Amino acid sequence: MSKFGIISRGIFKENPTFVLVLGMCPTLATTSSAINGMSMGLATMFVLALSNLTISLVAGQIPSKVRIPAFVVIISAFVTIVDLLMQAYVPAIYAQLGIFIPLIVVNCIILARAESFASKNGAFDSILDGIGIGLGFTLALTMLGAVRELLGAKSIFGIKLIEGDGITLFVLAPGAFIALAYLMVLFNMLKKKVAK
Amino acid sequence: MAKESTFKNMVLTLLIITLLSAAALGGAYVLTKETIDLGKIKKVNDAIAQVVPEFDNNPSGEVIKKGIDGDTVKLYPAKKDGKLVGMAAETFTKSGFSGLITLMVGFLPDGTINDITVISHNETPGLGDKIEKGKSNFSIQFEGKNPLTTKISVSKDGGEIDAITASTISSRAYCDAVNRAFKAFLEETTGDSSWEGASGATSATNKNKQINDGTSDATLTGEQKTNTDGNTGSTTPTTDTVKVNKEDKK
Repeated sequence: MSKFGIISRGIFKENPTFVLVLGMCPTLATTSSAINGMSMGLATMFVLALSNLTISLVAGQIPSKVRIPAFVVIISAFVTIVDLLMQAYVPAIYAQLGIFIPLIVVNCIILARAESFASKNGAFDSILDGIGIGLGFTLALTMLGAVRELLGAKSIFGIKLIEGDGITLFVLAPGAFIALAYLMVLFNMLKKKVAK
Repeated sequence: MAKESTFKNMVLTLLIITLLSAAALGGAYVLTKETIDLGKIKKVNDAIAQVVPEFDNNPSGEVIKKGIDGDTVKLYPAKKDGKLVGMAAETFTKSGFSGLITLMVGFLPDGTINDITVISHNETPGLGDKIEKGKSNFSIQFEGKNPLTTKISVSKDGGEIDAITASTISSRAYCDAVNRAFKAFLEETTGDSSWEGASGATSATNKNKQINDGTSDATLTGEQKTNTDGNTGSTTPTTDTVKVNKEDKK
């Protein structure tokens, strides 16, 4: 597979949110605004790329019976580093995302990529895979956040477009499900059209 | 290509991986610690500067901790030329819609509320988050009010604060936090700890006075000031004026 193919696959053909439907917990919980969704996606991408790289390098040295605990330790180390970095340099966003940053550890996308891709492929391909899947996740979360913010607060990336209150439902939990469902339909329609 | 899963191999591999991870984490912690601490201090200082009149001392260096309701309210005296121009109180409430709300309330020396800013909260975006300044006019109505003469509680509970539409719980919690701040402020400035607050939010403290006083004394260390004489129940003029307003929350 070409290098570009590895990246684009993560964004379209195997988009973690719209196609694989993985990592739904942060997807639904952190997308109350576009900027929150994007930050969550970028934090996940950072962890994904680094953990994929590390795991592809050490996979050959890890006995297969302890590979899952080994992967989890590596992933949680990177998540904690991201957690500390965000707390230090983007405290406002950190305060918004709160508990969901440490919870990246249990995001099944990351372990799934480690197990199904990084442990079987080279270092460079694994980084690309991490970036691709990470971009797909970021894109999905930003779109979902933008739609919810637009409908719920009549603003986008914090910039107020129309004065007044929006449809509050979309900022709340039910709105996440509704918006996600429609975006998923749209995305898959588009994917089918492109494939034809 | 993977190593054989013998006991020795497994233990060694995990040991090496955990050691390396621990080292990386230690490094990241040391690198970010200073920035994180600075950020926290800056946040508190910014909040203080927002709510009290201009000052020239370092309020966070003169913090006074008051034990209220089993937790602490921090008071930051703001002084100009050695004279007290206001006091910022870092207060909290546990009765928010979703978890803890932390506020910085600025009082003028006579107890009038100068300004209030929200430090942290988890209220619903679009509803309860209107307690934040700039998102609605809710917090502005507190300015210039003195809790001694004005009942700080939502109008549903007979107070003089208009609650945020569809966010009565958040509004009540906000009032609760402001009253707690004022209680701490009053205790510090007049030594009177019997003020009950308008919303009845602090009434639990008075019912369990003995217990709470015990805990608050235990949490205070040498450098913090206490006003024990206020706890003996000595009546001051302020008590009578607010007694009328005593009412339970529910």
